[in-house]
Amino acid sequence: MEKRVVFRSAWLPYLLVAPQIAITLVFFFWPAAQAVWYSFHLQDAFGLKTQFVGLQNFAFLFRDGKYLASFKVTALFSVLVAFAGIAISLLLAAMADRVLKGALAYKTLLIWPYAVAPAVAGVLWAFMLAPSIGIVTFVLKKVGIDWNWIIHGDQAMLLVVVAAVWKQISYNFLFFLAGLQSIPKSLIEAAAIDGAGPGRRFWTIVFPLLSPTTFFLLVVNSVYAFFDTFGVIDATTEGGPGQATNILVYKVYHDGVKAADLGGSSAQSVILMFIVITLTVIQFRFVEKKVQY
Amino acid sequence: MRIKHLTLALAAAGMVATQAHAQTEIQWWHSMGGALGEALNGLADKFNASQKEYKVVATFKGSYPESMTAAIAAFRAGNAPHLLQVFEVGTATMMAAKGAIVPVATVMHDAKEPFDPKAYLPTVTGYYTDLKGNMLSFPFNSSTVMFYINKDAFKKAGLDPNKAPKTWKEVVAAAEKLKASGSACPYTTSWPSWTHIENFSAWHNIPIGTKQNGMGGLDTVFTINSPLHVRHIALLGDMAKKGLFIYAGRTNQGDAKFSSGECAMFTGSAGAQAGIKKAAKFDWSINFIPYYDDVKGAPQNSIIGGASVWIMGGKKPEEYKGVAKFMAFLSRPEIQMEWHTTTGYVPITRASYELTRKSGYYDKNPGADMPVKELTLHNPTENSKGLRFGNFVQGRTVIEEELEEVFSGKKDAKTALDEAVKRGNEILRQFEAANK
Repeated sequence: MEKRVVFRSAWLPYLLVAPQIAITLVFFFWPAAQAVWYSFHLQDAFGLKTQFVGLQNFAFLFRDGKYLASFKVTALFSVLVAFAGIAISLLLAAMADRVLKGALAYKTLLIWPYAVAPAVAGVLWAFMLAPSIGIVTFVLKKVGIDWNWIIHGDQAMLLVVVAAVWKQISYNFLFFLAGLQSIPKSLIEAAAIDGAGPGRRFWTIVFPLLSPTTFFLLVVNSVYAFFDTFGVIDATTEGGPGQATNILVYKVYHDGVKAADLGGSSAQSVILMFIVITLTVIQFRFVEKKVQY
Repeated sequence: MRIKHLTLALAAAGMVATQAHAQTEIQWWHSMGGALGEALNGLADKFNASQKEYKVVATFKGSYPESMTAAIAAFRAGNAPHLLQVFEVGTATMMAAKGAIVPVATVMHDAKEPFDPKAYLPTVTGYYTDLKGNMLSFPFNSSTVMFYINKDAFKKAGLDPNKAPKTWKEVVAAAEKLKASGSACPYTTSWPSWTHIENFSAWHNIPIGTKQNGMGGLDTVFTINSPLHVRHIALLGDMAKKGLFIYAGRTNQGDAKFSSGECAMFTGSAGAQAGIKKAAKFDWSINFIPYYDDVKGAPQNSIIGGASVWIMGGKKPEEYKGVAKFMAFLSRPEIQMEWHTTTGYVPITRASYELTRKSGYYDKNPGADMPVKELTLHNPTENSKGLRFGNFVQGRTVIEEELEEVFSGKKDAKTALDEAVKRGNEILRQFEAANK
């Protein structure tokens, strides 16, 4: 007996997906198309004069050594955010999955930060780690660490990574927990009977079975690190000190929204769009091969 | 009887309603939060109560860049406000948008409101006036950079608390003594580019850019890598290395470092006074910013920071009449005095400065007139009138990035300032091309 629902009507399926497609068109494709259009034009802030300048906006960017340097910063930031975000939440999910008493309380608390806006997460951490008044700074100074991310670039990077990761952990945690709970207990019990310790059981059974989730989260977290983190940066370091935390998406925001340079900002967002498309394609072509469904 | 009352009441209500309708509304978008916002609303209320024809509706739209972005978006959608408060670095962008704005001088002239540009302080209006002498925007809240010292810390270090350092040489000497006495932060600053590049240049009468600091044309280039600029930034870099100067950040983070007592000397906005008064648990003084005494012509005069009010284009003539009335209202000496004394921003007309002095306010609040004195120390020159660089929001970020490279010891001053000029000029060319 066939359990699948089959649509016999020619138009009903299209009608059902139409709202989703309409939203995608209006909120994703249209702005993306506009960005491409603006990236070839030079316009004053008020949109009074618009001129076609071909690839000049792009040429301007690639003449700027600092723009090229911010690719490196972005790569470092994204790898750190994606890797730390996935690793920590996997650890937390594995632990929470074993908790018997008060599991619900743990899970709720771990999911909580997801409801916090990126800018708020940034401010929160910036307060705790503020160079002169932060509570963590106070402790760090006691143990002899000169904590001042206003002037030390590597500390600034650490701050924004921590804030960005903290916010994303809950999301990752949810998926990992769901993934863990769908792994049949019998497999793990069988391994335990054969004498495999918890570590061995995790790496040989749980981790491979979780690989689809991990892969999905890798893609989502990379996109998050590339696109969604400008709020964290804006609320804390504003790209500084120097250019230490000036990631590509923050420069897009700064130039477009704060400095009203639409052409330059759009050119950057088009470049960013290509990077993320390429990365996603690579992830699907090469990393996905290692995934066991 | 009852019905009669009701009709009367209705008629009265109707009259009130028509009266309300007859009032012409003037929308004013601004960025004054907190106590400053209350003071601004107070001005609008006073104007509304002073006459019946016009009603100024003041709306807080977030930070300076935020309200400017909001107004640009509103303009593109065809419903810009009548008045928009724009910070000083946005001046070139607003000025170049010829179809989007109307010069204040034009609006005042068309409405036949009495208007004498000479009544305003030249350093304040110079920033917002074109080369032909037309005032383009209305200087609303202006401050300048001042030098503050913690007198208690000076005493502790064996320095004379009543003698604030006048020159940078004296600042370094004082900083060394302060450090020796255990100060963790002898000197800090807010607004690094505004203080150590823009005001530093005006104070020493050297150009920030060609073409009268950009006021003479869009084809300006930065000149902030001159030997004197390099000397000063190198000095700061050196002080940072020795722990005499603690960098606080790109905006007003230095304010809290001073008012908390952490830093003993501090350069920051005149507007920081209010916060220091409230928070400081020590004796302090406000002084002129330091200079290099071997530079000829220094000190000249400092330049302003803050914001001006721009009049947006495409509105009805009667609305512009109301705008003109409101601008005339804001220029009144007693209104200016109220704004000046409640907020700490400088008075913008000579008459209001005189009025405040006569009222005895400066005797009761020593130092409150220092900002005006610093701004008007000498008649402004081409180098000290102000500046007008396109896309200066980006330009300032570039300067601040390069300064941070010096303060963190990653670059020497010459390399950093050369790079700032090179990158800054690229931004200026981009602006020039977009606004040809």
